[in-house]
Amino acid sequence: MELNDLISRTGEWLRGTGPSSGAVMSTRVRLARNFIQVPFPNRASKKHLQGILDSVEKAIQKIDHFKDSTVFRMSELDDVDKEFLVERHLMSHEHASNAEGKAVIVSAEEVLSVMVNEEDHLRIQVMNSGLNLFEAWKIISAIDDRLSEELHFAFSPAWGYLTACPTNTGTAMRGSVMLHLPALVMTKQINKVLTAIAKLNFASRGFYGEGTQAIGNFYQISNQGSLGHSEEDILQNINGLIRQVIEQEEQARQALVVQNRPLLEDKIFRSLGILKNAHIMSSQEAVELLSMIRLGAELNILTRLNVQILNELMIMIQPAHLQKIDGNKLSPAARDIKRANLIRNKLGEVS
Amino acid sequence: MRCDDCGKKKATVHLTELVDGQISELHLCEECAKAKSVQMEQQFGLADLLAGLSDFNKTSPAAAPSEAAVKIESCANCGMTYADFKKHGRLGCSDCYSHFRGKLASLLKKIHGASHHSGKSPKVLATPVESAQPPVNDMDVLKKQLQQAVLCEDYERAAELRDRIRAMEQEG
Repeated sequence: MELNDLISRTGEWLRGTGPSSGAVMSTRVRLARNFIQVPFPNRASKKHLQGILDSVEKAIQKIDHFKDSTVFRMSELDDVDKEFLVERHLMSHEHASNAEGKAVIVSAEEVLSVMVNEEDHLRIQVMNSGLNLFEAWKIISAIDDRLSEELHFAFSPAWGYLTACPTNTGTAMRGSVMLHLPALVMTKQINKVLTAIAKLNFASRGFYGEGTQAIGNFYQISNQGSLGHSEEDILQNINGLIRQVIEQEEQARQALVVQNRPLLEDKIFRSLGILKNAHIMSSQEAVELLSMIRLGAELNILTRLNVQILNELMIMIQPAHLQKIDGNKLSPAARDIKRANLIRNKLGEVS
Repeated sequence: MRCDDCGKKKATVHLTELVDGQISELHLCEECAKAKSVQMEQQFGLADLLAGLSDFNKTSPAAAPSEAAVKIESCANCGMTYADFKKHGRLGCSDCYSHFRGKLASLLKKIHGASHHSGKSPKVLATPVESAQPPVNDMDVLKKQLQQAVLCEDYERAAELRDRIRAMEQEG
């Protein structure tokens, strides 16, 4: 698989199916793993980093889960390529800087990806569509088991998996769920919900990951603690919390429909009108409008709109994607024009 | 909309900051946003947060460590000092966990509210010996193994290693 093969398609996690796929876009589980006694990437020499990458590449050849996967070495990618992988949620922003010994391994359906030499030697992630924490856990745990037979992971019975940052020590697992919560935002209840989430020791972030603010009513919720509870217990807790948030969102949606359906329909159809007709569009405006028509689709107000197309657009309207599709470097102003074009074309196909 | 910082380029990045309950909005061009994000990281990074947490048990100035004590403070495997860790918020290698065991124990408790792992373990447990394959009579290696054994709560092996180190010290 070449990087350019990814341009025209989207990952399995954007299918728009799976449990509770109305308010839940996708689920992600990630594990951090390190080699015993080899310096963590922040202290590792060039030789160490290369040695780690070589060992990982050798190990994955023996593991079935990696049969159709591709290794993208950072040293072989340009800036737009790297940003493109970040935009697809296959790797972090941090991984795109300082290429030495870094790589990301991506499976054919983009369900599995492994960052090599990010903050930890290995950051393994599994993403799927809808609220699917336990399915994702089953897959990632099996992959982790196989990797631990080939590679020597740093582990202590007292403290679990040993990681570069002590905030990840223990299970070294982070489970996160991407939620679409437009009704909680519109009914001004979102801050109350986010405050409650923070009090329960869960983190919330925007669609584009760590350090980003929530735009277009998308929120990513994940666990904070990783020591003291088993993986299943942590996931059970996230699952319970997410179910409550979904219930709140659904109640808020019903309230919006009952209280002022004409106003809601007006907002949704205006958004569709702008998306189908605008010739210049910033990514922020696009995401906000896409959120509105997504709500319209989920409430069956827009009946011919397919959520998968909206998911695809969320990914494709980003800067590096627009540039990869176009095949050229584009200025922000040129991207705003290409973005509007892309959206008009895609939505023209379906409605 | 123009960039709030340089006032020249078009603002493409929109930040909302919450400071003391006051919401302020900032609209920046790509370049100024990059500069700003570096600035913000420097102002308040994870490292500061961790350093703040681990300073909780600060010793009094009278008990300041001597130079010799500072030397012991560095990890024998990777050379990381606890001061380095406090500065960057990242440990140097898996052995740092045994070298800074005491300090990390209270830090982990503060971060996670728990002090013992519950959950899965690797299918094949690596031991430092098989991974590093050191000559067994090297004192440094034996000390390293001892620390690892203590960390892994393998007290039987730790006692055995301790006795071997003692014997070597007496011979030498």
